Amino acid sequence: MYIGAITTMALALMTLVLAIGCALLWQSIPAIKALGPGFVTGHEWDDAAGKYGSAAFLSGTLYSSGIAILVSVPISICSAIFLAELAPKWIRLPITFLIELLAAIPSVVYGLWGIFVLIPLLRDKIMTPALASGAIAKIPVLKSLLTGAGYGPSMLAAGLLLAIMITPFITAICRDILLAIPTMQRDAAAGLGTTKAETILKVVLPSAAPGLIGAVMLGFGRAFGETMAVTMVIGNMTPNTPDGRSIALFDPGYTIASAMANKFTEATPGIATAALIELGLVLFLTSMLINFFARSLVRLASRRIAG
Amino acid sequence: MTSLATTPVLVKRRVLNALFQALCGICAIIAIAVLGYVLWFLFRQGITYFKPSFFTRLPDNVNPALGGIKHSILGSVNILGIALSISIPIGILSGVYQAEANGKLCQVVRFLTDVLNGIPSIVIGLFIYAIWILPYAQKHPGQGYSGIAGGAALGIMMIPLVMRTTDEMLHLVPQSLWDASLALGTPRWRTMLFVVLPAARNGIVTGVMLALARVAGETAPLLFTVLGNEFLAPITGPVDALPLRLYKYATSSDPVQNAMAWSTALTLILIILILSILARFFTRAGKSY
Repeated sequence: MYIGAITTMALALMTLVLAIGCALLWQSIPAIKALGPGFVTGHEWDDAAGKYGSAAFLSGTLYSSGIAILVSVPISICSAIFLAELAPKWIRLPITFLIELLAAIPSVVYGLWGIFVLIPLLRDKIMTPALASGAIAKIPVLKSLLTGAGYGPSMLAAGLLLAIMITPFITAICRDILLAIPTMQRDAAAGLGTTKAETILKVVLPSAAPGLIGAVMLGFGRAFGETMAVTMVIGNMTPNTPDGRSIALFDPGYTIASAMANKFTEATPGIATAALIELGLVLFLTSMLINFFARSLVRLASRRIAG
Repeated sequence: MTSLATTPVLVKRRVLNALFQALCGICAIIAIAVLGYVLWFLFRQGITYFKPSFFTRLPDNVNPALGGIKHSILGSVNILGIALSISIPIGILSGVYQAEANGKLCQVVRFLTDVLNGIPSIVIGLFIYAIWILPYAQKHPGQGYSGIAGGAALGIMMIPLVMRTTDEMLHLVPQSLWDASLALGTPRWRTMLFVVLPAARNGIVTGVMLALARVAGETAPLLFTVLGNEFLAPITGPVDALPLRLYKYATSSDPVQNAMAWSTALTLILIILILSILARFFTRAGKSY
């Protein structure tokens, strides 16, 4: 009876996860029927013309999350190493508390900061000088990256803001993973006469590697589905190129989530709404996939450490 | 004969060691400096409108600077109350299941709730929209948004967090307590309800409050469910919430509203901070066994 009741509850919880997928699928059927594969391959989203293509949103999501990961991962992992391995005891607790607190700041607050602090800063100190200087236009890779509209809201702003947001998150998980590595491994290495750096680089990091990769993927998943902060600083415009994609960092863009938040208010019932829900379905499936692999890696890592 | 301490290889290793440690320290300082900069700005800008009338008044159309966010605070409190009433029973019961059961199903459930935890918040909002608001709106155009729907969305987000802490806290209760109770012939459910759960109470309260702190600032799921309101409204219809108000004021073109956005953000952060500190207080008071 008792076991039955709690098992039912657990099964209900499982159903909930499946129900989320099914409900989104159900409500996006009109769009799936009408648009077919054009939804994923098309890059124009135009209510008036009845065109709904999400390719530009998907590439925008990958690009902004990619920037965030590139910026955030080195800093997060080094900070986690500092907190777990190097910092003196008295400093660890306050910093850990601070990092946990910062991970709890809502994304809309980061977005507010992004609008009024980060965007003016990037526009005045980076974009305008970079667009004005002739030197950058001669460097092969940078010239296609450091260009674009340059009026503030941009891929660069979104990527950097996401990096700031996911840094405490990744740092906290990496720190936990490093702390789970048995002290004996470090002592054994130290007994062989290795320096602290060698112990960390050659002993601790290799055994923590799957977990750290998982932590980075969890951070990527966070950035991938982040809505408010990105919506507030990314500009919400498709870049002015033939296929709606641009690698120029100063160009505005869209992510799947920001497109949903932005287009929702103007969506008319019917195919426009169904198309938005299909966007949600795409986001659900991709984030499920990312999370599935990330969790498996973290689990694999902890099992290896324990075993 | 050169002393061992000065052989070139050893010097190189020592230098590398120092460089590596410095690099890690610098990264930690960068991370904390940037985040400190965000917080500092928030307090500096937010203090402008942070006065009692800001919390006791509604928005003022005639003189915006005299307006307040009373309706947003009340709306948020109501929505969070609904989220609590959904997530506490489901979360704790599934946590109890995790602690009692073993085997394949248990692991699948744990894995799925981890996945649920990683689903972007906007998708949860869209889910509520798809099963609740959209079907209703198709019959009654323009209706269907409500504070209750928003509370449900936040409640779903809290479930995995509450479940996870309940599970962990129950595992911290010494096995001897379970055994002592079961040896007296107490049924499993009575052991759980009257012996184990009370022993883990403080830890579970902590977990619930941290979960509450995490969803209190969620905006994206509310966009599709609660919609926002300029007035004080009952929870059965569109209401306002702090994060929605903050989003609206932040993206407004009115400088007064922009300034109020900072104060709204400060209010929100303080609520979250108080919840986190209270949670810590419960942990410290904890260990009732």
